[in-house]
Amino acid sequence: MNREDNVRVDRAAAKLSLAHIYVAFIGFAIAALCGLLQGLVRGGIVTLPKWLGYYQLLTTHGVMMGLVFTTFFIIGLFLAGAARTSDGKLSPAASKLGWIGWWMMTIGTGMATVTILMNDASVLYTFYAPMKASPWFYVGAALLVVGSWFGGYAIFANYAAWKKANRGKTSPLFQYMAVSTMILWQIATLGVAVEVVFQLIPWSFGWVDGVDILLSRSLFWFFGHPLVYFWLMPAYAVWYVSIPKIIGGKVFSDSLARTSFVLFILLSMPVGFHHQLMEPGISASWKMIHVILTLMVVVPSLMTAFSMFATFETTGRAKGAKSLFGWFKTLPWGDVRFFAPFMGMLYFIPAGAGGIINASNQLNQVIHNTIWVTGHFHLTVGTSVALTFFAAAYWIIPHLTGRKLTKTANRLGIVQTVLWLVGMSMMSGAMHFLGLQGAPRRTDYTTYFNDETALGWMSYQKLMAMGGEILFFSSILLIGLVVYLAFFAPKGEEEFPIGETSENAEATPKVLERWGLWVGIAAFLIVLAYGVPLAQQINHAPPASAGFRTW
Amino acid sequence: MHLHRYEKIWLMLGTGALALFIVILSVNAFAMGMTPPSHMEMIDPKKVDQTAPFDKPGLKKIGPNEYELVMVSFAFGYQPGNVEVPKGAKVTFITTSKDVVHGFQIPGTNVNTMVLPGHVSKITHTFDEPGKFLILCNEYCGAGHQIMATHVIVK
Repeated sequence: MNREDNVRVDRAAAKLSLAHIYVAFIGFAIAALCGLLQGLVRGGIVTLPKWLGYYQLLTTHGVMMGLVFTTFFIIGLFLAGAARTSDGKLSPAASKLGWIGWWMMTIGTGMATVTILMNDASVLYTFYAPMKASPWFYVGAALLVVGSWFGGYAIFANYAAWKKANRGKTSPLFQYMAVSTMILWQIATLGVAVEVVFQLIPWSFGWVDGVDILLSRSLFWFFGHPLVYFWLMPAYAVWYVSIPKIIGGKVFSDSLARTSFVLFILLSMPVGFHHQLMEPGISASWKMIHVILTLMVVVPSLMTAFSMFATFETTGRAKGAKSLFGWFKTLPWGDVRFFAPFMGMLYFIPAGAGGIINASNQLNQVIHNTIWVTGHFHLTVGTSVALTFFAAAYWIIPHLTGRKLTKTANRLGIVQTVLWLVGMSMMSGAMHFLGLQGAPRRTDYTTYFNDETALGWMSYQKLMAMGGEILFFSSILLIGLVVYLAFFAPKGEEEFPIGETSENAEATPKVLERWGLWVGIAAFLIVLAYGVPLAQQINHAPPASAGFRTW
Repeated sequence: MHLHRYEKIWLMLGTGALALFIVILSVNAFAMGMTPPSHMEMIDPKKVDQTAPFDKPGLKKIGPNEYELVMVSFAFGYQPGNVEVPKGAKVTFITTSKDVVHGFQIPGTNVNTMVLPGHVSKITHTFDEPGKFLILCNEYCGAGHQIMATHVIVK
């Protein structure tokens, strides 16, 4: 073991990172309960009391899982990783910015939660104007987003401090990945920030009469698609950097890993229209341009898949595996830190294939706004990303609290992962199947006046509910483990695994750290894909819409 | 930057498949006319009931077994509902929203379009089989979203 392996995150950085991770899991717990209830309602198994609406649950589930759990966890993970790769410390500026961000995000989340609980904001996390929520819901959302910018500034500040102290050296891979993810996040959230600050807040306070719906949706989806890469990239960072160390190997190629992250910055933003393929007011040719750019983002994922399996195989062979697939057996299947992310990778194969279907303009017509889409992102973010985050939590929390992931906790973690996979396969499988038959997403229990087609969906909706129950058990186990690792596990040292680059990998090209260049190209692609159609939407807008409260 | 030989092959196969896929999508869209619904017409969302053709919604024959069906989408329904058309009819649905964003989908067919206030949506389908086809809203629109539906009856 060399000196690097012994680095531990110091108390100050640990406190900041843990503050993020705790809020993330509180959000997760609330969301899991809502998810269970949604499944039971839609399966026709329970009816909600009068004071609780299905769409209230749906809004809470989306906001808590999609924004709160993910954003808080990602920033917590990055801050811990940044400290881990900077001699265990965050720079003073990074610490300060990190806490400012945490407070803003936490206050914003609180405001949004209160308005949702009061049933003043059952508009889902996608906002969908002209449904008009309480202005405080939008203000809360804006605080959450702007707070996350400060989380990003903290990552940037720490990276800058590292570069200053290590002139001329290539930055640590984990920090490089954190910086690229946060650059993507800063650019992507501009869309939703403009929508919320310039359209929704003035309109919901009554300062302006109306809102341009198509423009608000285009701004939202400018953010809405890179959002999924914001979820995915931290999971990829764990795969690239931590997994090789856990399995006893080396990072396959430092420069390829960095290249794939740069490609995400370039290709994940000029693609939002593929969420709007069925919308009037956007021409078919502009939609096609976005479809092509969307499909190109498959390339960095193909690179990642290759790198991962190359790492697995070279490690296995170094351990003495001989036959074609013998290395497969040498992998540490009994270690939840490997098992959970590996299953996440495996589930990313059907998930990615589903994504290609969604992005293709003709195929999208069959599944758009059906529950297929819900099934899709429960595989991508709900399985691949979530399982990776759970596994990361299993080592980061004890690392930060000075405890150990015990053998029993590890075993329970594997049980939790298996339950999650079984539940998700049932639920997501049923959702994909129902979606192909046209069952809509985001819809309360209904038979559409005893329509024959809709009645035929019911048994699959029950299957969805059963999957949801298993997922809920898995969530209880997860929360139990998180609490145990945070407060009760035996004291000790748990490693934060950071892999080294293999000796025969080539030097990393300097150009990969010229951020100005990559941001410039990204901006150029965004202007290319969005400039003309957004100008058209602004110059040829229909009369604005008033607000409605339809819930 | 150096790429492993296997990685080169892997990426070439991957991007090759992707390129082929994009070509097929483009041919489908532009040579065979199968673009997603992208109608560009606009309307004042506050004056839907006074604006043609939505001032007189309903079924209009425009050719031999060819129809236009003008429908207004609102929270929570479609006006008019339960329209009957003959078997083999080619129907162009024309709709817009009086209030919030809605969806317009017929399960089992390729009819699927968004309905935005301020914009007119158009989508065409030929009903070759008789039956009772469900039209439903697939975009969350409020507390009654799950009952926003009607039927097309093909005889």
